[in-house]
Amino acid sequence: MIDGDEKSSIIRMFHVHHNYGAKRALIDITLDIAKNEYVFITGPSGAGKTTLLKLFYLAESVSEGQILIDGINLARIPHKRIPFLRRKFGIIFQDYKLIPSRTAFDNVALVLEAAGKKRRLIQKKVKSMLRLVGMEDRYNTLTPSLSGGEQQRVAVARAVVGDPKIILADEPTGSLDADSAGVIMDLLRGVHIRGATVIIATHDKDLIRKTGGRVLFLKQGRLEGSAFVEKQHDDAIF
Amino acid sequence: MTLFFRRAIEDILKNRFVNIVTIITISLSILIVSTFILFFINTSEIMNVWKKGVRVMAYLKPGIGTSKLADIKQSLKVMPGVFEVRFISKQEALQTLKAQMKRQSSLFESLSKNPLPDAFEIRILAPENNWEKIESLAVQIESLDQIEEVEYGQKWLGRIIHFFNLFRLAGYALCGIFFIATVFIVANTIRLVIYSRSEEVEIMRLVGATDKFIKIPFYIQSIIQGALGAFIGLAVLFVSFLVLNASVKQGYFSSLFQIRFIPPAVLLSVIGCSMLIGWLGCYLSLKQYLKI
Repeated sequence: MIDGDEKSSIIRMFHVHHNYGAKRALIDITLDIAKNEYVFITGPSGAGKTTLLKLFYLAESVSEGQILIDGINLARIPHKRIPFLRRKFGIIFQDYKLIPSRTAFDNVALVLEAAGKKRRLIQKKVKSMLRLVGMEDRYNTLTPSLSGGEQQRVAVARAVVGDPKIILADEPTGSLDADSAGVIMDLLRGVHIRGATVIIATHDKDLIRKTGGRVLFLKQGRLEGSAFVEKQHDDAIF
Repeated sequence: MTLFFRRAIEDILKNRFVNIVTIITISLSILIVSTFILFFINTSEIMNVWKKGVRVMAYLKPGIGTSKLADIKQSLKVMPGVFEVRFISKQEALQTLKAQMKRQSSLFESLSKNPLPDAFEIRILAPENNWEKIESLAVQIESLDQIEEVEYGQKWLGRIIHFFNLFRLAGYALCGIFFIATVFIVANTIRLVIYSRSEEVEIMRLVGATDKFIKIPFYIQSIIQGALGAFIGLAVLFVSFLVLNASVKQGYFSSLFQIRFIPPAVLLSVIGCSMLIGWLGCYLSLKQYLKI
């Protein structure tokens, strides 16, 4: 069921299926995510949350159906345009995906370097972003030397530094303590206020309650329902 | 571009061992190939000196008048490849012979008349790759009525030129083999680097890096390998050349010829070729292992 229109939607999915070999990971997903929406995708482990996010940035291709991202049909995107599609996203991976041989600064700078930004701008933006996530004294530290929480903050800084239209976060606070998780969620809220669409895959019900937003329920690869959750409310759906 | 250079240098330093092995391999290939080049340059020069000295002697039949001599000389001069014709009278020939055989002067005392014929000394330019042309010229000269006999004592030069040409062909083949082998070695190094950086490459793709952005540092890295390999190989050759040249100067060969090093234009070509090897190795590797 599509409940948005083409102009206000940034992501549209039409009867999307995805299979890993014989295993059906996503089944007949049809949804619409509006620009500047704050969306949670939730469900038990193996429900297909991560797979759904991967379809957006073409880490996986759909087996059936169609996806439109900011008006671009992913089935028809030329290979050479894929990097430009990916620059619309700021992605926070569950396993951080930081380059171990590079410093925190270099990891965050990579996004801007890939986009061909000027060196001076990169220096300024990256430092300010690392300051924002509380990593100003760890610029030149190689990422394996950082704690899990610190790595997650660097990953968040990298995701938001390029001012992307869409933030995709896969369990962004999964391995963090409450304070660190608060910092990350505040940052994502800030990016949302500045106009980005935020999509978070999580099974953390507390996180959803504390933040609020539209919640999509996935179960065994099917979209079971959608609901809006107010901030700080104990909702009956849980 | 500075960013790409920085990344390429960082990669070389990070993967020091693999890169050093590749640079040494390129150096050795360049050393062997440029040794051949050095040899060919110097032997070609010697050959050219020898070729200029190719001389055909045309001995005249007895009793040819002075008026006829000018006609014969003219006929010889217009023949293809002939650049100098000189008449040697039988008196001059005898004088020369006597001068050359001073110790056997008693031999000449018993001569009642000069047995030597009048002759023309013909200097010709030996054709580069076709010694048979000299033979056909000799036959052409011999066909003149007034010529009794034609002699060209440097038949051996033809054989040497033939051998040299074969050797040059073998050199080309060897250079080709080294070129291909080195390209594959560079390709292998880059492949190892790609494997070691596969996670990094994957992350770069996910954050929106283009193929160009990912590939350029690899290309720069392999071109640097090629250039460094060439410099090292040529430096070793130059030092060896200086040592060899010093020993030749003191020896017997110094009076025969002067050894010279590879000219700057050829040196630049060798360095360019080595960089091309680096680029090509990288291209093959990226084409095969960095499919997106």
